[in-house]
Amino acid sequence: MLPVNLEKRKDSGMFGDLRSGETRVIGKRTPRVDSIAKLTGEAIFVSDMAFAGMLFAQVKKSPHARARILRIDTRKAEALPGVRAILTGDELDYRVGLYMVDKYILAKGEVRHYGEAVAAVAADTTAIARQAVDLIHVEYEKLPPVLHPLDAIREDAPLVHPQLGNYDYIDTAFSPIPGTNICNHTKLRKGDIETAFKRSEWILEREYTNPSVQHVPMETHVAIVSWKHDDQVTIWSSAQSPFTLRNLFCMAFKLSHRKVRVIVPYVGGGFGGKAGIHIEPLVACLSRKAGGRPVKFTATREEEFSLLPCRSALTYRVKTGVSSDGKIIGQKMTMYWDSGAYADYAVNVTRASGYSAAGPYEIPNSWVDAYTIYTNKPFGTAYRGFGHVEFFWGIERHMDLVAHAIGMDSLDFRKKNALRPGSVTLTGEKIEEHTGNVLTCLKAAEKAVGYGRLTAGEKKREQRSGMKIGKAVVALHKAPAMPPFTATGVILKMNEDATVTANLSLTEIGQGTYTALAQIIAEHLRFPLHRIKISQETDTDRDPYDWQTVASKGLLLTGNAALLAAQDLLRKSYELASQILRAQPVDLDHDKDKVFILHNPEASVTFREMAVGYAFPDGRSIGGPLIGIGSYIAQGLTHLDKETGQGLPALDWTYGAHGIIVEVDEHTGEYNILKVASVFDVGKVINPDAVRGQAIGGMLQGLGTAICEGYIYDQEGHLLNPSFTDNKIPTARDLPLEVESMVVETPQLDGPYGARGVGEHSMIAVAAALGNAIQQACGAELTHMPIRFEDVWRSLGKKEPIDNWITKSPFGSCKSAPEIRKNRPVQ
Amino acid sequence: MVRITVRVNGKEYTREVVESRTLLHFLREDLSLTGTKEGCGAGECGACTVILDGQAVNSCLILAAETDGSTIETIEGEAKNGKLSRMQEAFHNHHAVQCGFCTPGMIMTIKDLLRRKPKPSRDEIIDGIEGNFCRCTGYEQIIEAVLDVTGQLGKKEGLRHVR
Repeated sequence: MLPVNLEKRKDSGMFGDLRSGETRVIGKRTPRVDSIAKLTGEAIFVSDMAFAGMLFAQVKKSPHARARILRIDTRKAEALPGVRAILTGDELDYRVGLYMVDKYILAKGEVRHYGEAVAAVAADTTAIARQAVDLIHVEYEKLPPVLHPLDAIREDAPLVHPQLGNYDYIDTAFSPIPGTNICNHTKLRKGDIETAFKRSEWILEREYTNPSVQHVPMETHVAIVSWKHDDQVTIWSSAQSPFTLRNLFCMAFKLSHRKVRVIVPYVGGGFGGKAGIHIEPLVACLSRKAGGRPVKFTATREEEFSLLPCRSALTYRVKTGVSSDGKIIGQKMTMYWDSGAYADYAVNVTRASGYSAAGPYEIPNSWVDAYTIYTNKPFGTAYRGFGHVEFFWGIERHMDLVAHAIGMDSLDFRKKNALRPGSVTLTGEKIEEHTGNVLTCLKAAEKAVGYGRLTAGEKKREQRSGMKIGKAVVALHKAPAMPPFTATGVILKMNEDATVTANLSLTEIGQGTYTALAQIIAEHLRFPLHRIKISQETDTDRDPYDWQTVASKGLLLTGNAALLAAQDLLRKSYELASQILRAQPVDLDHDKDKVFILHNPEASVTFREMAVGYAFPDGRSIGGPLIGIGSYIAQGLTHLDKETGQGLPALDWTYGAHGIIVEVDEHTGEYNILKVASVFDVGKVINPDAVRGQAIGGMLQGLGTAICEGYIYDQEGHLLNPSFTDNKIPTARDLPLEVESMVVETPQLDGPYGARGVGEHSMIAVAAALGNAIQQACGAELTHMPIRFEDVWRSLGKKEPIDNWITKSPFGSCKSAPEIRKNRPVQ
Repeated sequence: MVRITVRVNGKEYTREVVESRTLLHFLREDLSLTGTKEGCGAGECGACTVILDGQAVNSCLILAAETDGSTIETIEGEAKNGKLSRMQEAFHNHHAVQCGFCTPGMIMTIKDLLRRKPKPSRDEIIDGIEGNFCRCTGYEQIIEAVLDVTGQLGKKEGLRHVR
């Protein structure tokens, strides 16, 4: 039984009525639901929390990239007053892993990367714990590390995990090769690649590289765990994904899910780095050993770089065959992902990158081999873009180089090969009108930067500065990388005053989804926005399931669950009102305050009267608390065939484009970014300021990757730059002189009000845009990102680039703060 | 141990502190003023910015023992009588907050900037907040909030729809 407004809709499909017509709250400017708590300092993050009797943890870390652990002497540390628990790998026999169960909680027998945890202490204060860690003596036998993935796949390479063949893993998605360092090989075969190359008039092959990068959430990883009697475990964590954390924790310790409770309050940024399970099991074991006292571990910024995971480095080789009129005939793509010491998310980054490796272009004949390769370095995990930032550096640079080679304008080349209705993707998915429109995005970016010519103002600027101006336009796409059965739930509870509290466990890590969800719920209930509250703290004991807060899938999946919950709440309200008003539910309608009879609006009952059960004047009562429940699961996705990669992996595709204007000093390699214009086909804007915040924030994070960020190692695998002094991230001075944000709205048929996610996309392909514009300005042919000034200079002088950042003599820096701000923006 | 008396957000506190205690940890742990955040502990990120005797400082680089007799302003003193300050209000209206972890430090830095320069240009705002990292927003909406509060925000284009 549905409310009349839903039964009488004209459009077909469950949310058909939501795709058309005027909206009240959707698409309107409104502040974030969580900003006041954050602005006053009242928002409590795990790092702010303390409990009675709480202990503080510190970790002893490996100074070597690869070594045998011969002996650990903890006697001096044990004798230190105030030390309550000490752990070494010998006494912990638990392995954890998201897709590949390959990591001990503390290193056992061998360390596999610089910064790996070998022992841990819980003590009354952080100072005592730190002193105790210093007193732990570890004797190592150093072993030669394998650092570069291309070295790690040589036959004589030492094995990072000789036991690879014995590990449990998700075999529907991944293919490890035991006896090698390859922990996953993703294959994709479409058409006939050999014939395609024979038919091609031009073939261009290049290799593109980028180093590992740190996420840099402003709040480092932090967890408090209390392991009480009867295995009652409570975890407060800065985690992005409370239910996945709980699931992996229970699997590692063979505990029932009902015994483990994960609570996530405000989170100070995640960007993927807090998506899986990281420090929680170790902190839990310390609490258990300390008799159940709560133990807190807060990672230092240095630990964030090497104890905790990073983004994987990539070497990407692309070979493209084209006809002389610019049509791509075949493309062979080989990815070597540097997993570091553990598989974590890197295997899935490999898989997700593999199936979208060509970018938003139609490649009739394609061949992808994507390898995830163990090395002796800190391990890679999810990072905003999930591989796409890295491989789009390659693919969108490559599109320019191929276009140059055949003498075609690179934007024309992109338009000619762009996916459009009727195109078939690498995995065999047919693109429809409603999938989204990459061509419109390209054209908007083209126009916004005046691609292909210089204005009079720009010419004058060149004369004045002596620098050369270059412009570029790039395209991008991404679908959520998630299992086909990804699901989520929302519960809406009507309060006595007819406000509504939503319980859900998608986490708010800054991305703004809670505000959008409140708007969706308010719109569908026809309630004012201020009457909707999204409960901020998520709690696996109290909130319904959500797989993970990753992949830009929250708005679509949780948005749909929220709509279903709102629908359920209305249905129950109508059922109750039909008894009170003695009318069939089909004859009822509602406004923000009450349910009434359509043809006799005087006959009504308010939501307030019904919220927790309705009492008749004589006291007899019916109903009970109004609670709406919504469950949603991704529809129609499939596993991919392991040999061909064919199948349906994509919930939705968000397309986009960036246009960029850069000026370059040909003599020094210095450059300034004058403008970035970004456009995304978001389906439907729910909150314009939130979309813009994602667009600009992600773009600058993408520029960080493009201009300066990256891990630098020495030949022995020591990380040389685990700090903001040596590994800079963008400051306000790195913002381009001008920034423009645009949206296209091609409604997503199964998205809430037509919306699709845009959390990650703004970061993708920014680096390639910069590289292409620099080449256009001065001819520097760059194949490695980040692009530091000296890299441009070296490229212009045809000196060898530093391409893998495993160096004998580290040098290079990010030079923030170009002097351009003294000049005015160009018109 | 050293005995210090400080005035924080108009309220006087006297405490015994160990010599090595930073002002940041003194505020967060001894006074339970957890609004001020720790992002790096090394003076690089600005998350811990407070105003000490009229000047914005990284509180992780100051020893509490040095601050005896000082006046300190932190984020907890900004909203008064349940009302946000004008700058907080502008941050709220412009989505200048995402994860919120850099926000308290950013607000204190801008407060200090506006005392020195009541009407900073866009470039001066950028110079002013350069020492405060924000990984989420890309700074643009923060800059717009400051321009708005100082009456300098022209007609804002915002998000543009294209077809």
